[in-house]
Amino acid sequence: MTRVFGRPAALADVPTHYCPGCTHGIIHRLVAEAIDEAGVLDRAVGVAPVGCSVLAYNYFNCDMQQAAHGRAPAVATGIKRARPECVVFSYQGDGDLASIGTAEIIHAAARGERITVIFVNNAIYGMTGGQMAPTTLVGQKTTTSPRGRDAALAGYPVRMAELLAALESPAYIARVSVHNPANINRAKRAIQKAFEVQIKDQGFGFVEVLSSCPTNWGLAPIEALKWVEEHMIPYYPLGEFKTVEGAG
Amino acid sequence: MSERLLMKGNEAVGEAAIRAGCRLFFGYPITPQNEIPEYMSRRLPEVGGVFLQAESEIAAINMVYGAAGAGARVMTSSSSPGISLKMEGISYIAGAELPCVIVNMVRGGPGLGGIQPAQSDYFQATKGGGHGDYRMLVLAPASVQEMADCTADAFELADKYRNPVMVLGDGALGQMMEPVTFSKPPVSVSELPPKPWATTGARGRAPNIVNSLHLENEELEKLNLRLEAKYRRMKSEDVRAEVIDCDDADVILVAYGTMSRVCRSAANMARSAGLRVGIVRPITLFPFPSEILSELAKKGVPFLVVELSLGQMVEDVKLAVNGASPVQFYGRTGGFLPTPKEILARMESVLKDRSQAPCGAVPER
Ligand SMILES: Cc1ncc(C[n+]2csc(CCOP(=O)(O)OP(=O)(O)O)c2C)c(N)n1
Ligand code: SF4
Repeated sequence: MTRVFGRPAALADVPTHYCPGCTHGIIHRLVAEAIDEAGVLDRAVGVAPVGCSVLAYNYFNCDMQQAAHGRAPAVATGIKRARPECVVFSYQGDGDLASIGTAEIIHAAARGERITVIFVNNAIYGMTGGQMAPTTLVGQKTTTSPRGRDAALAGYPVRMAELLAALESPAYIARVSVHNPANINRAKRAIQKAFEVQIKDQGFGFVEVLSSCPTNWGLAPIEALKWVEEHMIPYYPLGEFKTVEGAG
Repeated sequence: MSERLLMKGNEAVGEAAIRAGCRLFFGYPITPQNEIPEYMSRRLPEVGGVFLQAESEIAAINMVYGAAGAGARVMTSSSSPGISLKMEGISYIAGAELPCVIVNMVRGGPGLGGIQPAQSDYFQATKGGGHGDYRMLVLAPASVQEMADCTADAFELADKYRNPVMVLGDGALGQMMEPVTFSKPPVSVSELPPKPWATTGARGRAPNIVNSLHLENEELEKLNLRLEAKYRRMKSEDVRAEVIDCDDADVILVAYGTMSRVCRSAANMARSAGLRVGIVRPITLFPFPSEILSELAKKGVPFLVVELSLGQMVEDVKLAVNGASPVQFYGRTGGFLPTPKEILARMESVLKDRSQAPCGAVPER
């Protein structure tokens, strides 16, 4: 019997704490597969954020550091500058990366740090119980925008991929989604490229992944995936915003 | 084969760090410590190291966290407002038990304060500063030579304890030029003891995790108790102070850093006026030389604590003395340095008070 599906070596064999139907799990798997397929598990160092994925340091089967809220790109910079031979990645939520950590992500990208950033955009603060994020859609109800996000009060959601693509240094910037198998395959390819530009010393790699939070959106898992497609993608267009010659 | 060089204090810090095997520096400009990052930006590339100007002090300290977690000898420097920004990161570094060196060339505060020398960050440096039950080991040099020596020692102590170590100076020490001797041969980075806990890539071993999160009560308390044991070990093994002429003193001055230099001149002046003056100069501010002070206090000799603040270290002196002898305080702020004359006048009034009031009943100021 041939084995056609198994756990990637880069994913630890432990139960995760994610809610049923949460797509953090799928994204973990894609990152792990990319690490496996690049053959860099024994030189990979990951940085876990503050957010629902804080315990990612238990889930990835490689060396890991846990960073202060928003500071993962700075921590990853420190690791990479100390150990250029390591393949360094951060895994961050939207509160972490697009709110408290905007300075760190913009400047890591502007320096062209040889790191790979996986940015999980679920349009909400998951871990703290569903507050408004910088990525929350206009009209979207959260515990701190109970009448829906009001653009007059809170402005418009931040499109990080486009913002970073405006910089000169980054080598690879893409936005993908994991709400159905076709998109999961595209997401996988993008994550691979974001690692490849690091491994080939071409520059900074960044993938924004649209992700669901059924728990705090108050939707069943299938409904939540539909919500990604119907509400998030129209505001957050998918695609590659920046690539370098020979990337991937 | 030691070299004697004429250097600014800030440059001596940079050179000493490089000789101690520091190959990474992350910083952000702020007066009065700019010569440190400037020196590092010039020198580090010459020795295969990395100087990176971070986007903020917050980013800089988190780069230090990453590099320290990856096993490197790493340093950052700043001055008071920038050190405040680093406090969250320092708390994480202490929690994750990472060795690193942080230099604070203190300027007056609060707020933006001024750029003149001050010692008003004593509390922040020695009592935690950031959140949670943690301490930094704090070294307070008083000369350019000691800036170099303390910086070199800071790296050894940081590795010994897996703990952040702060070198606490001020603008005067940073700017003054004095001869420095680098007597020890430079550390060979490749010969430093391995750090098997560092995130260097999990090749042939289980993954390493650098972390300060402990959601189980038992786990967090275990960490807190382990840290406490470490701080107790610092107190028993690494207290440093200079004790001068205290045996038969009529009065003992307690001062550190820049202030201790002025106290020396005041003591000399006093001696020629027939007064016997001793000096205790703490070199480690944490661990504090409490036992040295409590021993001296047994004789009932009065202490005069002099600081460039309105009274911070004096609290630790009082805790050490514990009422056994009178403790008085004199301090100036705003960038003013007490003159030897002012200190002499205070000493005379301490002695006058002493002849009038019984032990422990001495008025405060
Ligand atoms: C300095 C600081 N501020 C606030 C918090 C509280 N906090 C924990 S997780 C979080 C938000 C996480 O949201 P996000 O980054 O979107 O990730 P998600 O949980 O949705 O995956 C916040 C604000 C913290 N831990 N540290
Ligand atoms: S709260 Fe939301 S983001 Fe967090 S694990 Fe649950 S579903 Fe996922």
